[in-house]
Amino acid sequence: MFMDFFYTLRQLKVPVSVTEWMTLMEALSKGHAQSSLTSFYHLARAVLIKSETFYDQYDQAFAHVFRQAALPPDIRQEILDWLADPLNRLELSDEEIAKLQRWDLDKLREELDKRLNEQDERHDGGSRWIGTGGTSPFGHSGAHPAGIRIGGEGGGGRAIQIAAARRFRNYRTDVALDVRQIKVALKKLRQFAKEGPEDELDIDLTIDKTCREAGEIELVFTRARKNTVKVLLLMDSGGSMTPYSRLVSRLFSAAHQMSHFRDLKAYYFHNCIYQDLYKDIYNNDVEPTAGMLKNLDGDYKVILVGDAYMAPSELMSVGGAIDYYYHNETPGHEWLSRIADHFRNCVWLNPLPQMAWVHPTIKAIGHVFPMYPLTLDGLEEAVRKLIVKH
Amino acid sequence: MSKSFDRFNGTEKYIVSPALRDVVNVAISLGRPLLVKGEPGTGKTLLAHNIARALGKDLLIWNVKSTTKAKDGLYVYDTVQRLNDSRFGTGDVSDIKRYIHLGQLGRSFTTAEQVVLLIDEIDKADLEFPNDLLNELDEMSFYIPETDETIEAAQRPIVVITSNSEKELPDAFLRRCVFHYIEFPDADLMKDIVHVHFPNLEKKLLKEVLNRFYWLRQIDNFRKKPSTSELLDWIQALIAGGIEPEKVAKELPFAGALIKKEQDVEVLQAALERSGKSGPLGLRSRF
Repeated sequence: MFMDFFYTLRQLKVPVSVTEWMTLMEALSKGHAQSSLTSFYHLARAVLIKSETFYDQYDQAFAHVFRQAALPPDIRQEILDWLADPLNRLELSDEEIAKLQRWDLDKLREELDKRLNEQDERHDGGSRWIGTGGTSPFGHSGAHPAGIRIGGEGGGGRAIQIAAARRFRNYRTDVALDVRQIKVALKKLRQFAKEGPEDELDIDLTIDKTCREAGEIELVFTRARKNTVKVLLLMDSGGSMTPYSRLVSRLFSAAHQMSHFRDLKAYYFHNCIYQDLYKDIYNNDVEPTAGMLKNLDGDYKVILVGDAYMAPSELMSVGGAIDYYYHNETPGHEWLSRIADHFRNCVWLNPLPQMAWVHPTIKAIGHVFPMYPLTLDGLEEAVRKLIVKH
Repeated sequence: MSKSFDRFNGTEKYIVSPALRDVVNVAISLGRPLLVKGEPGTGKTLLAHNIARALGKDLLIWNVKSTTKAKDGLYVYDTVQRLNDSRFGTGDVSDIKRYIHLGQLGRSFTTAEQVVLLIDEIDKADLEFPNDLLNELDEMSFYIPETDETIEAAQRPIVVITSNSEKELPDAFLRRCVFHYIEFPDADLMKDIVHVHFPNLEKKLLKEVLNRFYWLRQIDNFRKKPSTSELLDWIQALIAGGIEPEKVAKELPFAGALIKKEQDVEVLQAALERSGKSGPLGLRSRF
């Protein structure tokens, strides 16, 4: 059952390594989590899970594996059964077993501890323990397996309840995105280069120079390393984007608060990009797309945000723009291609779930720009794509 | 249950959930760093202070800043001072040891007694920072090439690391830590926490205060949800202002102690209107 737990976690894509598993074994063999399944739940979570984003998966795995692990009615009998299991290789004489039966729980535990320590020495290392652990209920990893079944005050069922409640669903990376999380993802968007005025003291060179000058201090300055990433953010503010407006505004404010970009430009568009981009969605402050393409170098990293969901004519036809008073001579698709050609690194973030990406316009735009879902995972992937050097 | 290590049970000023208590004890007995994350105001930093207090150990604090380098925590070789000394002939320049100053991590290795080391806000530093500390935290030893010395921990310090997840920490680093995410305390635990700080608080007032507080926490749109420290400030203000419990139930006096952002005030006002309790907010003191 223990090994089941490990592999269930791995199956749910939780990054659990053998190192962490061994740490858990070490903790158990030191006598932690003896009292209840609840404390085992917390112990295993602390050791195995390293981010609250995986708490939900952990809860699921825990509930799945240990749901059947009901408390045995008679603890002592359970331990004695366990001791009698030949797999445990505990050579207890009948006399000793009789002795055990008379002891109270604490003493029993003590004795178990002792015996299991002895057993540990007879096996080479801990690996075999875990190996056999899968076959016997709760494994062989010390007194604790039995200990877990010893209910304690809390009652063993509670951990399952905690697990089944799945309180950490909010922290899953593939669901929620807040400003801070976006910032964390965007922070990876950086490229260092030495630039700016020479205002940083180069200690090594200074010492070297000073020594050469026979102790007369000679200060050497160098340029500081700075992030040279420039970002262009193009956001869809069309009607179909309204449900995602909060998500997009979070992305925008995160990008805006990032002080480490060398430059950040942001424009809005309605459904698709034509000859004009909007600096502000409310007061029609426009900048021609062609001018933007001329002014900005190709080394801007472009992040387009939109659902890419529109009538095919809006993307492909002359005069297809959704706004009645707006006429475009060049189809939107052409404008998008121009952007993709001009800038070396572009990504399209789509707030629609990936399974909805079958609509023809989404597919067509997906051919022009690499498209990622607007989730933390998707954003991270997009950022990885953006920092690739050409 | 083994008794070979000191056990942490919280202090009279700091209430821990059973889960956190267990995790702290596991980290201590395994000798691994404890990484704590959680909402602001859930007492991440205070945890280290109180582990030190509960176990009667000294606390060393290493505040990490965006410019902090991993080496700073181990030792600093004051080259400029040495250069200066050599130039003006003050001090013994040949003794490099005089110019090696141990950082907080380095000091935590050299103390005779076991200490608690708090590495506060590790995510503030550069992305590579945690990776540079892997070996030092694993082996609890480091080498100073300048003096050809190896500093080894006589007593493995109890290391508590806090993070606000501004940056993600590298996997290799995480593998070596015991991790705990401090959840926001539920009403029962919060009652205990408030009781620790205000032992004489009226039962009725406490009930109303907590009702209001958790009602506020439910509102999703806040940029920054009020946290424990804000609740405590608020109670302090209510006591100082001599506010009756009935008034807390009806309106929201001194809301400025709970809500710190201007946008959130609007959110709060809207929520109050929905619940039909749009009394005076008592925000004038702050805004």
